Amino acid sequence: MKKLLIALMTTAGALSLAATAEAAGKLKACWVYTGPIGDFGYSYQHDQGRLEVEKALGDKVETAYLENVSEGPDADRAFERLAREKCKIIFGTSFGFMDAEVKVAKKFPKVMFEHATGYKTGDNLGIYNARFYEGRYVLGQIAAKESKKGLAGYIVSFPIPEVVMGINSFMLGAQSVNPDFKVKIVWVNSWFDPGKEADAAKALFDQGADIIVQHTDSTAALQVAEERKLHGFGQSSDMIKFAPNAALTSLTDEWGPYYISRVQAALDGTWKPDNVWLGIKDGAVKLAPFTNMPDDVKAMAEATTKKIAGGWNPFTGPVSKQDGSPWLKDGEVADDGTLLGMNFYVKGIDDKLPR
Amino acid sequence: MDITVNILLTIATAATPLLIAAIGELVVERSGVLNLGVEGMMIMGAVGGFGAGYLTGSPWIGLLAAIIVGALFSLLFAVMTLSLATNQVATGLSLTLLGLGLSGMIGTSFVGQPGVRLPNLDIPGLSSIPVVGRLIFGQDPLFYISIALTAAVMWFLFKTRTGLTLRSIGDSHSSAHALGIKVIRYRYLAVIFGGACAGLAGGHLSLVYTPQWVENMSAGRGWIALALVVFASWRPWRVLAGAYIFGAVWIGQLHAQAFGIPVPSQFLSSLPYLATIVVLVLISRNKRLTMMNTPASLGQPFVPDR
Repeated sequence: MKKLLIALMTTAGALSLAATAEAAGKLKACWVYTGPIGDFGYSYQHDQGRLEVEKALGDKVETAYLENVSEGPDADRAFERLAREKCKIIFGTSFGFMDAEVKVAKKFPKVMFEHATGYKTGDNLGIYNARFYEGRYVLGQIAAKESKKGLAGYIVSFPIPEVVMGINSFMLGAQSVNPDFKVKIVWVNSWFDPGKEADAAKALFDQGADIIVQHTDSTAALQVAEERKLHGFGQSSDMIKFAPNAALTSLTDEWGPYYISRVQAALDGTWKPDNVWLGIKDGAVKLAPFTNMPDDVKAMAEATTKKIAGGWNPFTGPVSKQDGSPWLKDGEVADDGTLLGMNFYVKGIDDKLPR
Repeated sequence: MDITVNILLTIATAATPLLIAAIGELVVERSGVLNLGVEGMMIMGAVGGFGAGYLTGSPWIGLLAAIIVGALFSLLFAVMTLSLATNQVATGLSLTLLGLGLSGMIGTSFVGQPGVRLPNLDIPGLSSIPVVGRLIFGQDPLFYISIALTAAVMWFLFKTRTGLTLRSIGDSHSSAHALGIKVIRYRYLAVIFGGACAGLAGGHLSLVYTPQWVENMSAGRGWIALALVVFASWRPWRVLAGAYIFGAVWIGQLHAQAFGIPVPSQFLSSLPYLATIVVLVLISRNKRLTMMNTPASLGQPFVPDR
């Protein structure tokens, strides 16, 4: 059912794309999103990046996008369609587009391809990603300071390395403030279902957590925090409007600067496939203004953000794994490969990682 | 004690939209029409309700708008399947597709805007009684409406002459037609009632459950409602039981996870679906009764011969 729906939507999207015929002499930059641009989360932020490109480069570029493209055979068609529609540079924004993009990139060697969060590259296929875990370390510190019970509730989607990395970084941050800090984790097995996220938040609050963190995309959990007069953090977009008294900060994705630089490179003829993992220092991961907290907590959060921007990695030893076995020696920094394949918890998390 | 009350309240909130949408669809199916567009009508109700509430600042106007939008949207289905005798399954599916797409388009400017929330019932004195106060007198208005709606539909279907007529149309539209009953008119009203209920359920999502608008926010609840109707073998009280079992197991597994029970979360997440199906199949296993309750002409187009 869902497949059919997405196929139809893709077709509809492609048709509307054809209608906005390309103007002569402009570079056409295109995006493929896995979700709707109206999710106010992950795909929304990528689309904001596209709009920034339009704004910055004005009439030198023309942009187009396909939304709600499912990961799988539909993705092949979406990329091929865009390549045939004379897109010169195409950004695929979801991990699951990887194989489709590799395949289509081989077919269209003159088109420039970029893939977010994957690991396969090619002669005309570059990859880019963001170090969200950097921001999560700061969230952990704030949570440990602000939680009266020393207990956070963490709502998560799927047990993939990206998410596990986030939980670990959050806990390391929290433990740096309060070594006995605890976290309760609930998996909702969905990236996006406001109702489920709200229910999970209520369950976590009912079980004693007084601060909520999420790795899901909607504002629902924060709204529950607002109702209960407790605190939480926003995700992907700045969600302060939904919880003016509850939101401490939001961990936001800023793709605009990267997209502008890449499209500019394509215009200049200097584009080469690259492999970047952008963080706080590149402006790709941003923390929304720190609100609803005392000045000393705010100062600490700002100092940590600055330290990370200066090149410090939250995954710096000594760090032990959940079972107490050593992982990182004193001063040792985790390498990117381990982080990108992370499938274990650090010490202090009382939860079993689902596999 | 407080935690028990909170859990019960959360269950009621999770079950209410399913119950409202399913009760509406039950009436539609009892009249012999299968409308698979519940998800589409629900999401249209959600965007309509959010939009009207956001623009006017009144959640009550939002709720009314959700009902009207759902009803109007179902009218499209009624015209296609009843007047033009198109295939009900295909038309229902396209109604869902259209609703999901159209709501996204209408809702573009509502994304990222905080909406209005329908306030919970608050009766001075009564709502603050420990335990029962919040459960009986302190929930959101749609909780009471959903229960009343279930009771009303039960009474209507099984205690009134019009209800009997509606059921007879669902069992054999040709016989009903031969008796001079206006089959098409009845079915129009049933479909519109179903649409209004689905719209109201959507309004619950965007005005009570999670007061916001985001694309696809119904996230498959329309399909769950549809399944509830079938597994409850078209009996209103079983739909109520099904919606609450689903809600209870869903919330229960979240608490189990937060409590740290060492069962894979993927299994726990699928538990509400399994449990609801098993329970409803068990209570509906009397073959004779199920046969009696299944609308015999469900899904068949009706073209009156002249």
